[in-house]
Amino acid sequence: MKKVIMGNHALSYGAMLSRAQVIAAYPITPQTQVVELLSEMCADGTLNAKFIKVESEHSAMAACLGASLAGARTFTATSAQGLALMHEMLHWASGGRMPVVMGNINRAMAPGWSIWADQNDSLSERDTGWIQFYCSSNQEVLDTVIQAFKVSEKLMIPSMIILDAFALSHTYEVVEIPEQARVDQFLPPFNPPWRLTPADPHAFGGLTSPDHYMELRYKLQKDMEKVPALVEETGKEYEKLFGRYLGQVEEYLCADAELVFVTSGTAGYTARVAVDELRQKGIKAGNLRIKLFRPFPFEKVRAILSRVPKVAVLDRNISYGHHGIFYQEVKSALYGQPSSPLVFGFIAGLGGRDITRDSFQEIAEYTLSKNRAEEEIVWIGVKK
Amino acid sequence: MIEIRFHGRGGQGTVVASKILADALAKEGNYVQAYPEFGVERRGAPVFAFIRIDNKPIYDKSKIYNPDHVVVVDPTLVEAIDVTEGLKEGGYIIINSNNPPEHFKFPPKFKVFTIDATEIAVKHRLGTLAAPIVNTAITGAVVKILNLTRLESLVEAIREGIPIKPEDNVKAAIEAYERA
Repeated sequence: MKKVIMGNHALSYGAMLSRAQVIAAYPITPQTQVVELLSEMCADGTLNAKFIKVESEHSAMAACLGASLAGARTFTATSAQGLALMHEMLHWASGGRMPVVMGNINRAMAPGWSIWADQNDSLSERDTGWIQFYCSSNQEVLDTVIQAFKVSEKLMIPSMIILDAFALSHTYEVVEIPEQARVDQFLPPFNPPWRLTPADPHAFGGLTSPDHYMELRYKLQKDMEKVPALVEETGKEYEKLFGRYLGQVEEYLCADAELVFVTSGTAGYTARVAVDELRQKGIKAGNLRIKLFRPFPFEKVRAILSRVPKVAVLDRNISYGHHGIFYQEVKSALYGQPSSPLVFGFIAGLGGRDITRDSFQEIAEYTLSKNRAEEEIVWIGVKK
Repeated sequence: MIEIRFHGRGGQGTVVASKILADALAKEGNYVQAYPEFGVERRGAPVFAFIRIDNKPIYDKSKIYNPDHVVVVDPTLVEAIDVTEGLKEGGYIIINSNNPPEHFKFPPKFKVFTIDATEIAVKHRLGTLAAPIVNTAITGAVVKILNLTRLESLVEAIREGIPIKPEDNVKAAIEAYERA
């Protein structure tokens, strides 16, 4: 069934179709509608789930973790300051191998107080051991939630599904909402290898001596390394049933490109339009949109970018005192490769400033006119 | 691609108007993208809503700066802000007003159309006398003037998308469509 829905509701429908059993969340702009709709669904019986109201995001995640340990499929959503408040619990989720799936609306961190799009909230949680997917359309949001449950539960690693504030969260688009029976066929009930139950008492999260801790982390990393192949495999299975493929990255006209943009989020779609415009002017541009950011899609990025002369990475975020975070990651993936492109780093769109087709024209002009990045960071649209 | 910008005041249902229009257009197989001004809405303050329409997927996620047409839900906004900002030459300015188009002094490169959506809304008892809800009536006129969808698709979208007094809203939209 096709329906015009907002990005936030794409998260809600994804959780509903995945038959989430426990939802605990605290409302925050611009995430509110995600949990509003889910609480309605729980109230009217559309979704047979326990909706737990909590007093903070820290508690929301804690409730999800308890439910997950008991063997329930759990979902939550948050944004910015809320995600930051959850930080401690995020480590618990991944370290305790609890496959919670969470929507995060990318919103700028305060101060200055902002409710607009910016990736610094989710990227500040880069090293918490969560899988991170960055989405560019409402359809992708819905499809990613369903696939994320499958990937997360197979490897017992939590997933974060990330979408830009307003540019996606509050934007209505046509979304194909899959039939429940077909989603059930794709995503069987959660059946964890261990669960907290009075029938078989165990304790979780006890003191772990130096004799054991490192192995837990080694295992988490080894399982993280399995994610890219599993995302591909799960994507193909999903495509067979629903005709849409998710994958780790989206490659647009990169094969013969002299310049490739590396993008994510909604800017990753606007970039495609900019690529078309540049090609009309005779400039062979392409776009590599990163969908899976953690674990980083090393192989895909290397394979696509190693044959390109110039790469321009766009970041809607910054690691203060260093570079844009996608820029760091792309350079790190390409370092030491037999052939690697010239890589330029651009920062745009912080705190919801618009990233337009013209932003990409400016980036292309800069990149094509230089033989090396003369500045550590090239700022787009900043009032200096 | 067609891009339309709606001007209204917080509480008038401007965002809902763009959503209803998007629903109607999607029913006819169009790709649509509708969004409110990215921000905090306050009752009575000027608000914007936007819609993009195409027969192929819409990838541009930036804001609309050069709309093909604008719709003014509250006529007092014409004095308060420049509703023609960025409007393309030949574009329509559709205004909810009981004045004739000549009443508004816009450059001749724009086409002006007025519809008394307030009167229609009051007649069908939508909202209150002091604050009538004019959004569904407006969509009737917009669909007709811009030749966007069949009336049936709009009626269906209103029935599905407006929980309060759907049939009165349908009647208002039909009346505006017929008057336009």
